[in-house]
Amino acid sequence: MSRRYDSRTTIFSPEGRLYQVEYAMEAIGNAGSAIGILSKDGVVLVGEKKVTSKLLQTSTSTEKMYKIDDHVACAVAGIMSDANILINTARVQAQRYTYAYQEPMPVEQLVQSLCDTKQGYTQFGGLRPFGVSFLFAGWDKNFGFQLYMSDPSGNYGGWKAAAIGANNQAAQSILKQDYKEDITREEAVQLALKVLSKTMDSTSLTSDKLELAEIFLTPSGNVKYQVCSSDSLNKLLVKFGVTQPAPEA
Amino acid sequence: MECVFGLVGNGFAIVVADTSAVHSILVHKSNEDKIMVLDSHKLIAASGEPGDRVHFTEYIQKNVALYQFRNGIPLTTAAAANFTRGELATALRKNPYSVNILMAGYDKEIGPSLYYIDYIATLHKVDKGAFGYGSYFSLSMMDRHFHSGMSLEEAIDLVDKCIIEIRSRLVVAPPNFVIKIVDKDGAREYAWRESIKDASVVSA
Repeated sequence: MSRRYDSRTTIFSPEGRLYQVEYAMEAIGNAGSAIGILSKDGVVLVGEKKVTSKLLQTSTSTEKMYKIDDHVACAVAGIMSDANILINTARVQAQRYTYAYQEPMPVEQLVQSLCDTKQGYTQFGGLRPFGVSFLFAGWDKNFGFQLYMSDPSGNYGGWKAAAIGANNQAAQSILKQDYKEDITREEAVQLALKVLSKTMDSTSLTSDKLELAEIFLTPSGNVKYQVCSSDSLNKLLVKFGVTQPAPEA
Repeated sequence: MECVFGLVGNGFAIVVADTSAVHSILVHKSNEDKIMVLDSHKLIAASGEPGDRVHFTEYIQKNVALYQFRNGIPLTTAAAANFTRGELATALRKNPYSVNILMAGYDKEIGPSLYYIDYIATLHKVDKGAFGYGSYFSLSMMDRHFHSGMSLEEAIDLVDKCIIEIRSRLVVAPPNFVIKIVDKDGAREYAWRESIKDASVVSA
């Protein structure tokens, strides 16, 4: 194999591949999955929590979802410490834009500028790429609600529904079948939970293994990022009938 | 003695600038256009040090164009005004620009707007504004006659009143003015008010 081309992050292999970027994506494939779904009236993000010890202090922090600015949030999959750096970078970029223009940064521009940072690590500096994939969810006045997925290579795309992390291919194919164009936010939550229940490895779905967040507009027209409390999440799981253990194949 | 003023009317914004290029006691030319078209729906009327005026407004214009190329959407008037102010503020305590700006623009959801940006990076959103010695006359005239939602005829009438006032009351008043307008159809030149045409032909 072309192992000799592995250690330098910023050179091509003879087959024209960037191994370090691919290995980064491997690392993400072992991490907790996250799903994002775009609906008419909001964006839904659902994440699978891998760290589920009873000792974990969960009341204050989230593991998968982070708010970047008042109108943008993201779900992460991959190496958490890498994610923290990039999330901070994204937050700074969003504020820098607002400082210069006194307006919220358009969502795609935020994603683009973060991806430009990621791309740098695949071309110069000799540092390894970030082992994180993101699902960005947000709203701006130009294009309304948007969902973007980005990966360690610095590529990004706009999606109607996307999955990252473990079993993302299985999740993506279920989403492809079941997503419909005029889906409402409530239906999107249901679909996301359903897909996650089918692709998660664990035998049963409880609220302590999940995080659910939504981006939507309040009646007064402001963008709201809301993380679902574990009580409401439990109620939703019961309502949609996804708490029972996954059927024996 | 540069005179720049402007006002917001019903669905449009107007800016007026004198067109004299002066160096000490010499008038280089009387048809210098000091109102730059920033993009399809924005105007910058600038007064101040001639080198700085052209250099800074072109810099802003190119940055506004770059934003549109990069991002596929134009900047709003407010964003462009804040960006401009930010550039003046950053340069202020290093190598300041001596340029005063009235930025007029039209945005689809917001309508017309006018921003007053002075050389020490003051930014105000205003209905009417003016710079220079002429401001003593044009602001007073506008204070007397302006009301919000003026029609184009009323606004041009007020502009002409201001020009007459400047011409009659300001010692070394500039003879010629250019009027530009921005509305839903874009930014464009509206008219000139010339009392001295650049004498290129002297009748024998």
